[in-house]
Amino acid sequence: MYKISIFSIIVSILELVACGKDKPKPVEWTGFERPAHFPNPVYDFSSNVVTEAGFALGKKLFYDGKLSRDGSISCGSCHIQYSAFTHHGHAVSHGIDEQLGSRNAPPIQNTAWQANFFWDGGVQHLDMLSIAPIENPVEMDETVANVLQKLRADSEYPALFEKAFGTTEINTARTMQALSQFMNMLVSANTRYDKFVQGDNSALNAQEQAGLAAFRIKCESCHREPLFIDNEFHYNGLFRTNDLGHFGITLNPLDSFTFKTPSLRNLDKTAPYMHDGRFTNLDMVLDHYQSGIYPHANLDSRLTNGFSISNQEKADIKAFLLTLTDEEFIRNPLFSE
Amino acid sequence: MNNKIVLIAAMVAASFAQVGCNKDKINPNEKGSLGLHFDNRAGNMDLTLNNAQGYNTPLNQQITISTFDYYISNIQLTNKDGGVVTLPQTYHLVKESDTESQEFTLNDIPEGDYQSITFLVGVDSARSTMPIADRTGVLDPAGAGAGMYWSWNSGYIFVKLEGTSPQAPLDSATNTRPLYYHVGGFGGYSSTTINNLRTITLPFGSNGDVEVRKDGEVSKLHINVDALKVISGTTNVDFSTNPVAHFGTFSGNLANNYTQMFVLDHIH
Ligand code: HEC
Ligand code: HEC
Repeated sequence: MYKISIFSIIVSILELVACGKDKPKPVEWTGFERPAHFPNPVYDFSSNVVTEAGFALGKKLFYDGKLSRDGSISCGSCHIQYSAFTHHGHAVSHGIDEQLGSRNAPPIQNTAWQANFFWDGGVQHLDMLSIAPIENPVEMDETVANVLQKLRADSEYPALFEKAFGTTEINTARTMQALSQFMNMLVSANTRYDKFVQGDNSALNAQEQAGLAAFRIKCESCHREPLFIDNEFHYNGLFRTNDLGHFGITLNPLDSFTFKTPSLRNLDKTAPYMHDGRFTNLDMVLDHYQSGIYPHANLDSRLTNGFSISNQEKADIKAFLLTLTDEEFIRNPLFSE
Repeated sequence: MNNKIVLIAAMVAASFAQVGCNKDKINPNEKGSLGLHFDNRAGNMDLTLNNAQGYNTPLNQQITISTFDYYISNIQLTNKDGGVVTLPQTYHLVKESDTESQEFTLNDIPEGDYQSITFLVGVDSARSTMPIADRTGVLDPAGAGAGMYWSWNSGYIFVKLEGTSPQAPLDSATNTRPLYYHVGGFGGYSSTTINNLRTITLPFGSNGDVEVRKDGEVSKLHINVDALKVISGTTNVDFSTNPVAHFGTFSGNLANNYTQMFVLDHIH
């Protein structure tokens, strides 16, 4: 009797716990949240508070072909969620009329922590960014003024703008800020690496941990944890082409061939690699850092003489880099078309 | 006796004079207005867009101008004692294709007798980097400022001169010989780069001081702006070798050239 009652109490407690877990969570709008182990964002949210309606509007805009001249291309055409919002498999992006750009589409993730955008850093504020792809003749080949006209004439948009901003007025700032709201919500912070740095030692196996240790010595001073960016520009020794990178923005010869340090989050989903997508896989990237670095006065000093990676380190670092995939992020229905 | 009369006469005269002065007295707390008219020219002719025969340059080349637009901002007036008055920030985009844009009135000017005007050609760095919600009117890159904004390298185009020339290289795609001179560059967002902001001061000189009074007549400065000065002056641009200027060091030559582009023609 005694035993049974204890047993039944335990069962009912277990049931209670289980029931609590199984209770369907109401889908609750949380807005933008800084992951506990991330620094404060760079983006000033007080100038553009993320709201549910603003986010929904931004998402609709992001996936809408109306932003292009002939309706054929949306932001989402080149920034595809399942490849961490890159143009999967394309070294350089394909835009309107199948025209080729000259650079690889980077992932859109953790934009709130970025101080500059595009490989060369030509845009410094997310709210100003979307004008560029809309007006680029080889991307969407439209004018923002025309896009605004189309949105005003649309049957749905005026009501969506009213929900998001209080009135039906459709202007440049509202349109750009809605797109920013969508992009700023694209936070990727839930990889095995994140679990590990938050205290779950079992999240990385021994080789991955060795890879992280090697990464911290060889790579982390540019690809800074936990975002793997440093908001800076470096020349990392790639074979040089006529793309001068950050020089185009500053016209300073010391900036020739330097590019923005890309984040390594979701790397497994974002091939090909580098500003022009020249490397189709991670092995090629690691081979570059091991033995492919071209000397030049602008080569970052960290990658000059004395920089070496052993084959073991290469294998370990690769294993570690593959832990940076955030399945929850690339499958999150909140972000899907 | 005589002396007394003289004294009284002098006092009466003085008080009349004072009354006269009062009429003209400057009260800096009162505000008046001043009109500006930017009259675009090509050499000593009135500028006509798309004229077939074109205009001759010092290098004996011809240019047919299709676009001539520029920003005027940060206007200041210097009074006859040398005091500088900075006017409330307004931004003006003067477009040859839009007559209305060429004339505007500056309001809220403290009363005074002014001897010169100073303004910036372009958009200062504070406005070039301000939040998108504040970019309205001619600073709205998709509104009145459309075509005057570099989206791939955030910043406004200060002066835009476009056209064609028989001496310019052939663009086989369009079968035309285009010229594009886009000058911008406010000094850089986070790292420094070219600064093509130029400040122009036009003394009123022999036109005399300009009186600004609350209820006074509003003077209007008639400023001639010679579009050909963009491509001539310290640097005479050869269309065959430099048909294009965009964000690059060459554009600085054009910015230096166009410091000579504004001439105060008359005041009325
Ligand atoms: C034709 C393909 C294409 C389309 C359409 C497109 N993009 Fe991009 N996007 C790119 C490429 C390529 C780059 C990199 C360009 C560069 O760095 O020079 C890029 C860069 C970006 C970046 C910067 C990422 C970083 O880390 O620097 C953001 C953000 C972005 N795009 C958002 C958008 C938005 C919003 C839209 C729709 C308004 C859009 N893109 C439409 C191809 C595209
Ligand atoms: C001196 C700074 C610096 C160091 C050190 C550095 N990187 Fe990079 N990394 C960069 C820059 C800058 C780029 C972009 C270069 C370009 O595209 O021209 C880059 C690109 C990459 C890319 C391509 C990412 C993409 O999305 O295309 C990978 C992967 C990468 N680095 C991994 C590493 C690894 C692994 C190490 C250590 C062995 C390392 N990096 C060390 C600066 C650095």
